[in-house]
Amino acid sequence: MAEQFSNAQPIYLQLVQRICRQIVRREVQPGDKLPSVRDLAVQFGVNPNTIQRVNMELERMGIVESRRGQGMFVTEDTKQLNIIRDQLRDEHITRFTNEMRELGYTEEEIISGVQNFLRNEKGQ
Amino acid sequence: MVTQMIADDSMVTFENVGKKFQRKSAVKDVSFTIPKGEIIGIIGTNGSGKSTILKLMAGLLKPTQGRIFVDGKAAQRLTTQYVAFLPEQDVYYSEHTIGQTLRFYSQMYSDFDLGKALELIEEFKLQLEQKVSVLSKGNRARLKIVLALSRDVPLIIMDEPLSGLDPLVRESIIRSLISSVDMEKQTVVLTTHEVNEVEPLLDRAMLIRNGEVLGYESIEQIQSERGIGLVDWMRTLLA
Repeated sequence: MAEQFSNAQPIYLQLVQRICRQIVRREVQPGDKLPSVRDLAVQFGVNPNTIQRVNMELERMGIVESRRGQGMFVTEDTKQLNIIRDQLRDEHITRFTNEMRELGYTEEEIISGVQNFLRNEKGQ
Repeated sequence: MVTQMIADDSMVTFENVGKKFQRKSAVKDVSFTIPKGEIIGIIGTNGSGKSTILKLMAGLLKPTQGRIFVDGKAAQRLTTQYVAFLPEQDVYYSEHTIGQTLRFYSQMYSDFDLGKALELIEEFKLQLEQKVSVLSKGNRARLKIVLALSRDVPLIIMDEPLSGLDPLVRESIIRSLISSVDMEKQTVVLTTHEVNEVEPLLDRAMLIRNGEVLGYESIEQIQSERGIGLVDWMRTLLA
């Protein structure tokens, strides 16, 4: 299969994260129609029931809306999409910060490290 | 008087089922329920009793003890009328062409969907005029899959549909299975050794050893509660 999944987490959650990322990156635009359950299942090589679960979860998070008889659409509610965007950022920062702390870096070292990194990147 | 209560949402029920061949027990006092609309993978080493369980389910073998219900009815020879069974061995006349094989199946089973079969034949790039006897192993396996998936039946049983095939053929078979099964109306039970590959496909896994059910759990539960994959689950239970 083209898609690889980790064993540590249910596949539906991995797919929810993957689709959230696509939406945050604007690979999928607000108002876009998501592919059908069957097409997504074939594309990811997973059980169609897993895709149903993914859609339910995305709907619960307010990222997609189901329109009767038409399928699932990415919400056009930008406020909701920004919430997801912020959440994704916070998740990454939490993971990064925890790892840095574990390695023994202080708050100041972390901040100046990130600032230096961004500055150097811009300079290149 | 109601003597048995078979839940409406169960496709297959085994009640204390045992099967002996001469004096050897192949299946020992096995009980489980398979819900409708799921894909179930039965795993276990060779000779563990997986195939016997499938044949009992399809009504091709009679249990020595216990009872089996398929879609609410007792399993028996006629069960094959509403169950598609893909055996490990080849099943068609090798002198037939693929087209003749499809025609034969559509005459044998009134639920055989010829249109769907032709679509799958095209998807697999098989030729209708090809003789079955000259097909490669991979294409014979594909033809078997076509025959099983083209039946409009509530239960599809497949014995080792992926065994002995190269990774690309396995992948194309898994994909066509996903695209052609109607999960609102159909339930799939398959045996396999390709545990890693089928993991994303399954709702539930059943581990068999020495004719007994060692474990039967939903994949999601295995992943979320134990934080492990199917192979590790198997390893833990067999340890």
